[in-house]
Amino acid sequence: MPKVKIPRKSTTQDMTAMCDVAFLLLTFFMLTSKFTSKEVVQIATPGSISEIKIPDVNVVTILIDKDGKVYFGMDKQDNRKELLRRVSERRNVKFTEKEIYNFSLIPNFGVPFDKLKTFLNVPAQDRDLKVWDLGIPVDSTDNQFKEWIFYSRQVNKNIRIAIKADKGTPYKIVKKVMSSLQDIKENRYNLITTLEEAPKGL
Amino acid sequence: MAEISQNSGGHKKGKKSKQKKVSTRIDLTPMVDLAFLLITFFMLATTLIKPQTMEIAMPSKDTPPDMKRPVKKPENMITILIDKNDKLYYYVGMPDKSGKYPTPIKTDYSPKGLRTFLLEKNSKVVRQVIELKRKRSITKMNDSIFEKQKSDFKSQKNLPFVVIKATDDANYKNLVDVLDEMQICNIPSYAIDDIKKEEIDLIKNL
Repeated sequence: MPKVKIPRKSTTQDMTAMCDVAFLLLTFFMLTSKFTSKEVVQIATPGSISEIKIPDVNVVTILIDKDGKVYFGMDKQDNRKELLRRVSERRNVKFTEKEIYNFSLIPNFGVPFDKLKTFLNVPAQDRDLKVWDLGIPVDSTDNQFKEWIFYSRQVNKNIRIAIKADKGTPYKIVKKVMSSLQDIKENRYNLITTLEEAPKGL
Repeated sequence: MAEISQNSGGHKKGKKSKQKKVSTRIDLTPMVDLAFLLITFFMLATTLIKPQTMEIAMPSKDTPPDMKRPVKKPENMITILIDKNDKLYYYVGMPDKSGKYPTPIKTDYSPKGLRTFLLEKNSKVVRQVIELKRKRSITKMNDSIFEKQKSDFKSQKNLPFVVIKATDDANYKNLVDVLDEMQICNIPSYAIDDIKKEEIDLIKNL
């Protein structure tokens, strides 16, 4: 048989460029975004055309879910520690250093004050259980919510208050929250909404 | 896939060195796979978008009730009543001397509902703001000048004032929608207030 030499050309492609792009994208995402913290409660905010951005720092977040339970959150670990110290002083309840540390790790919580100590001693994974899903009381008989806001203003006088409530939250609870804020002279606050397009021509 | 190739050196001493050139090729496909997996993880687990907010300023509780009525003419005062099941009513003016309230008019959240009424009532400011926006797109106006002009328009005399009142069964979305309409229609001033018993009775029968 005659030897037919088929010239073979190399089919391998140099993929170094794609590899570089992949790593660049990866670095971009690692550096420019923040991890979404595990939500204490799912909230679907209503939409609005307002384009003002929520600030990142010096923010106190009030979350209200659709059943009307109120959760409170403050940024910065040190502020949270200081806040717990002041509230515990006011209420004459002692918290151990470990409990204060645990508190500073939680971004948002919704537990009435009397249960707070036990809540902080429960290990982190059990904290999601429904039994702790109680919300901070806002009733006029025991307005703990007002206290938390009042002391957080004392801890950091530059805070801005942001209210994040669900679409279906009954107005009654929102009214109680806004009324409590008015009582302690907190008259400026932001309502967190999702962005909607402005109607044409306006 | 991507490769790194190098010639292995090293030969045995003494013996007849038959240096075989062996090229080591490392296949880097798994590393690139990992890189893409990590990208996908970061894309899904993190967020770049910051949620937007609406600014609200409430009047302080100390102001006496008459101060809350900055309008001289009753026809400039609009009260919006928000009820459950997305029901929405408004009335113009204040209760007369016998305590009788003006008849509330039923409306809704669609563009033909509340928005049409508010745009008409506030037509002076609306026209001015549309004109201002047109000027801004033509002359590339500074943002702060735009905002200042807008607030100047809103501080003119004889403009409508809106009071927003909601029943306890209304939901938060309704309130935000009404506040949104305030922004869309450039209402100069508005306030959120508690609903009165007479008003609840008024809309109960409608």
